[in-house]
Amino acid sequence: MSTTGIPAPKSASPRTRWRLRPPRIGALFVSPYVLFVTAVFAVPLGYTIWISFHRFYFTAPGTDIDTPWVGLRNYQDVFTDPVVQRSFLNIAIFLVINVPLTVVLALVLASALNAKLPFRSFFRAAYYLPYVTASVALVAVWQYIFGADGLLNTVLGDLAPDPSWLVNSTLAMPVIAVFVTWKQLGFFVMLYLAALQSVPRELYESASIDGAGRVRSFMSVTVPGVRHATTLVTVFAIITGANLFSEPYLLTGGGGPDHASSSPVLVMYQKGIEQAHPDFAAALGVVLVVFVVVLALVARKFTEKGAE
Amino acid sequence: MVGGGRPLRLAVLTLGAIAFLFPFYYMVVGSLGKVTSGDLDGALPRPGNTTTGNYESINGAISLGRSLVNSGVFTMGVLLCTMVFGVLAGYALARLHFRGRGTLFAVLLLVQTIPFQLLMLPLYVLVVRDYGLGDSYLGMILPFAINSTAVFLFRQFFLQIPATFFEAARIDGASELRILWQIAIPMVRPALLSGALLTFIGPWNEFLWPFLVTKNADMQPLAVSLAGFMSNLQGTVANPTGALMAGACVLAVPAVVLFLLFQRHFTQIDIDSGTKG
Repeated sequence: MSTTGIPAPKSASPRTRWRLRPPRIGALFVSPYVLFVTAVFAVPLGYTIWISFHRFYFTAPGTDIDTPWVGLRNYQDVFTDPVVQRSFLNIAIFLVINVPLTVVLALVLASALNAKLPFRSFFRAAYYLPYVTASVALVAVWQYIFGADGLLNTVLGDLAPDPSWLVNSTLAMPVIAVFVTWKQLGFFVMLYLAALQSVPRELYESASIDGAGRVRSFMSVTVPGVRHATTLVTVFAIITGANLFSEPYLLTGGGGPDHASSSPVLVMYQKGIEQAHPDFAAALGVVLVVFVVVLALVARKFTEKGAE
Repeated sequence: MVGGGRPLRLAVLTLGAIAFLFPFYYMVVGSLGKVTSGDLDGALPRPGNTTTGNYESINGAISLGRSLVNSGVFTMGVLLCTMVFGVLAGYALARLHFRGRGTLFAVLLLVQTIPFQLLMLPLYVLVVRDYGLGDSYLGMILPFAINSTAVFLFRQFFLQIPATFFEAARIDGASELRILWQIAIPMVRPALLSGALLTFIGPWNEFLWPFLVTKNADMQPLAVSLAGFMSNLQGTVANPTGALMAGACVLAVPAVVLFLLFQRHFTQIDIDSGTKG
């Protein structure tokens, strides 16, 4: 077979032939992926850093326009922008609600699911459903439920918050955090379920011999046993928080009220594309990457502490 | 089994299932109501008040057929590239030796941790402004063309095949492409299906990128046109919430149906290999 396009020398023995071929064919096989990673990640990443240090404008293709070096000016603008500051505060609010809620709910549901039960696959399917469904479709339903005249306020009657959930500057961000928790939870339930299966059964037996109750053995056997999964949940949550766009954009009408539910990516979109300040948006993007990496490393250290 | 009585487990799981399924149920009921409002009786199906009118009005407002075709082309383009180039890359990373393999694998892991949205601005400048690919399928597909998570999964699958199969085939003089096609792929076919399904839901559900590159309504995938309806077209129909729920159902159904059909493959993905990292 010479479908590989690299004919092997006829004179070589079979052994040297297959020893020689793999290196080149391997490089050939990965070359489309290498090109892709270069074009879609490496070049844009470098480009965004370059833009962030220059005064940069959108131009028609082929138009040459001066893009002077401005040093840290864009970064200075980013750090002093009150909307940017608010958007980072919003991620903090998001994480404070999303991370504990996800960890607790996913672990409780996964532990409940970790047994031979009737309708087990039905439950698994139910939890996974929001994860595979488009955000836009789910955001539409939530808007319908959480709107001023929505089902929730109808049920609550006089207890309904005023102003309503999505236009309330205290409640808008928590509603987004709860929405995202609900949407992603199925994925983390599956992750914890896989992790639970690797917790040795004997540990539960010896805990019960030591007189540990259900809660005690959950706290001292299950929780440490799934620590790796918890780290992953935390890191995923940070990345999700940093990526937040469609939820504030659609659920709260462009990050309102008064930027109370704005996110950094939403600000990047508004400043960079709507208001045509790509240099500001690029600097914000760089700040966000650094923020994500630092936070993810800290979270990893924190959740892995005492694991070894 | 470990801890917890069965009734308690079932109670917790049932409560959870209600919280997860209710919005879907509410979406379907809302899409069929003549008047769709947040009243309590809106949560119950009313046989006398059922209509398909909402589906007609959302179709009139955003032209569902065209949007579905756009979503389909976008999704299939991504799926095709990932299956062809992703399988090749995954196989090479698992089974072939070449210079830079370790580095490439490290890059693959790094790529997965960088949030895509962070690259959106330079990608927008490059794809839309410099390459002039705005309002085109190619522009939509390009940033997602090869799904890195899928490449990672494919690599894990190919690693699980015992090395003896490859050695035997190589001694018999089979080319790598033939080994991949006739030995490796058939052995991991069910697993490849999970990779394909995982890849499918990405572009089908994606909003931000196609929203940026498509300004022309004729080129917008359903998620984008539906979001457009949500933000500025609601006034054009008689029962806006009902029409929105109808659109949401149409957007949700393909992914949900695929998921229900191939549920086993969605949930069996070996995430554990990722948690040990």
